[in-house]
Amino acid sequence: MRQINYSKAITEALREEMRRDEKMIIMGEDMGVMGSVFGLTVGFMKEFGENRVIDTPISENGFTSVAIGAAMRGLRPVVEIMYVDFAMAGYDAIANQAAKVSYMSGGTLSVPMVIRTPAGAGRRSAGQHSQSLEAIFTHIPGLKVVAPATPYDVKGLLKSAIRDNDPVVFIEHKSLYFYDAKCDVPEEEYLIELGKADIKRAGNDVTIIAWSQEVIHALDAAAQLAEEGISAEVVDIRSLVPLDFDTIRNSIIKTRRAVIVHEAVKRGGYGGEIAAQISDELFDYLDAPVKRVAGSNVVIPFSPALEDKIIPQTGNIVATVRELLHGGKNAVFTNAV
Amino acid sequence: MVIKKKYDRKTLLRFYREMKRVREFDTKASELFTKAMIAGNIHTCIGQEATAVGGCLALNPSDFIIATHRGHGQCLAKGGDSRMMMAELFGRETGYCRGKGGSMHIANVGIGILGANGIVGAGIPIGVGSALASKILKTMEVTLVFFGDGASNTGEFHEALNMASAWDLPVVFLCENNKYAVSVNIERVTKIKDIAERAKGYGIPGVITDGCDVLAVHETVKKAVERARAGQGPTLIEAKTYRYHGHYEGEPQMYRTKEEVMEWKNRDAIERLRKEIIEAGFTTEEELAGIDKEVKEEMEAAVLFAQNSPYPERKEVMTDVYASDNERGVAR
Repeated sequence: MRQINYSKAITEALREEMRRDEKMIIMGEDMGVMGSVFGLTVGFMKEFGENRVIDTPISENGFTSVAIGAAMRGLRPVVEIMYVDFAMAGYDAIANQAAKVSYMSGGTLSVPMVIRTPAGAGRRSAGQHSQSLEAIFTHIPGLKVVAPATPYDVKGLLKSAIRDNDPVVFIEHKSLYFYDAKCDVPEEEYLIELGKADIKRAGNDVTIIAWSQEVIHALDAAAQLAEEGISAEVVDIRSLVPLDFDTIRNSIIKTRRAVIVHEAVKRGGYGGEIAAQISDELFDYLDAPVKRVAGSNVVIPFSPALEDKIIPQTGNIVATVRELLHGGKNAVFTNAV
Repeated sequence: MVIKKKYDRKTLLRFYREMKRVREFDTKASELFTKAMIAGNIHTCIGQEATAVGGCLALNPSDFIIATHRGHGQCLAKGGDSRMMMAELFGRETGYCRGKGGSMHIANVGIGILGANGIVGAGIPIGVGSALASKILKTMEVTLVFFGDGASNTGEFHEALNMASAWDLPVVFLCENNKYAVSVNIERVTKIKDIAERAKGYGIPGVITDGCDVLAVHETVKKAVERARAGQGPTLIEAKTYRYHGHYEGEPQMYRTKEEVMEWKNRDAIERLRKEIIEAGFTTEEELAGIDKEVKEEMEAAVLFAQNSPYPERKEVMTDVYASDNERGVAR
């Protein structure tokens, strides 16, 4: 099978859906003439015209609201917010408008739109271009939240998000745009249903739950742990809302241990929500406390020497799993990060 | 008389009836709120009937509006059913939003109401989105965006006007300048005297109209709507108007004098039209009294309909959060 990388997969999903549905439009800063700052829509304006590939002014709240109005009228806008950090400048549109329309209209109106937004650190972009803010969106009923990790997933999930009738916040890790590993992606059309987790690696001793780029780190960690005789199962939840808890439940019933990994800061992160649900429903199955490996509760620093210290790396996951399995009764569960 | 040349009897009586409907609806809403029969908050537009009616009657039924938190009049004038609106205020299953939106959130795409908004200014760019859809879909609908003087100081106002003008979209911005953003007089927080002047910054026409004269509002909006429909882009209209009640019912109104309120009441749009059309020989006191009676009966029937309607079933609280896959979306 042919192999492509993460950003090529996104471009393919966007192009295929633009060709399939003439009601779809793409809007955002630099999406047209430039083809997006990450080069994802190069050539789109030429192929689909200025009416459907729209360069917007720097007005996050404004153009996201414009997309909402267009969606209410039957278009299917895919908005790019260039960095998820900038979504805070458009948060009213996302949280008070897009998320509320269906409910507050008693289901008579809907907002079929996607807000694509690159997130995440590792690019030495400092505190306003590096955050992982998915938890902020999961807290708002009415939004669906997706954060894929692989080329195969990002393509299938983006196509489904575009066809979905609700506002979907689609979080792409910007480091994955530059990740050179490619994976098998069929040339034939396929879709991945929102709200379905994927077991990226099967195992028996511990369940590592992750999304977005941390799935890659979790897989690397699982490979290292295997050399030590520890069999880790990696569950990539892919969608945060809706959440496929069935897959998490089945895995933990088997492994009896859970480690949740995310890049976003630990405090108020979505890992806390998953940990609470595991504790509520699976307490009797657990042999150890649920652990979180997450970003430090700090602003993302610029200096490469500092940035790498606050983002969960493979080593942090390995160390936490080791503690869980070998720590024994008297183990001191240190903060992994 | 100009009025004789420009208008026929039927049209003028329609303006009169619609303004009376708006006033009667909000008068009823105010009374019921005071008697604690309606929960939450009510923002009445008593005094602002001419902007709602003059604006909406310049539209085709297939056109769209964005309403405001003070939007009962706008929704009624766009074709809203008084029974379904009153039922929404009462939080009943038969309301426009099945009781889930309430007074500030009447929406019905079928009659061109893309929603009122509880966030001041937020509806303005949504209206621009509707206009963008008209342009892309190559349909001829125009979107009329209502907002107040308070909203003209939000970032959304400026972002919206910038995009609408840059892209020549078929949208009309109608600012109901009633002088106060809750308690704050616009003059205290805004340097320029007329909000319409801001149109210059966006290279579009800015027009001031008398918000106490329904015919003036109507003519101004009609011209802007025709311009928008012809692909010539947006217009910013500022209607100088006034609300007789407080920002919400029961609000103490410490920021204005009784004399100021009286001064504006003396320019009342309904009384003005009544006088004009009788003097011009279009109608009689008796005929208008008949309309008044019909409107009163309509609103009494609306209240009865609302009161006799069931509340939404309890299970409804969990529906409509998502248009698809709702159950999983709300489950965890």
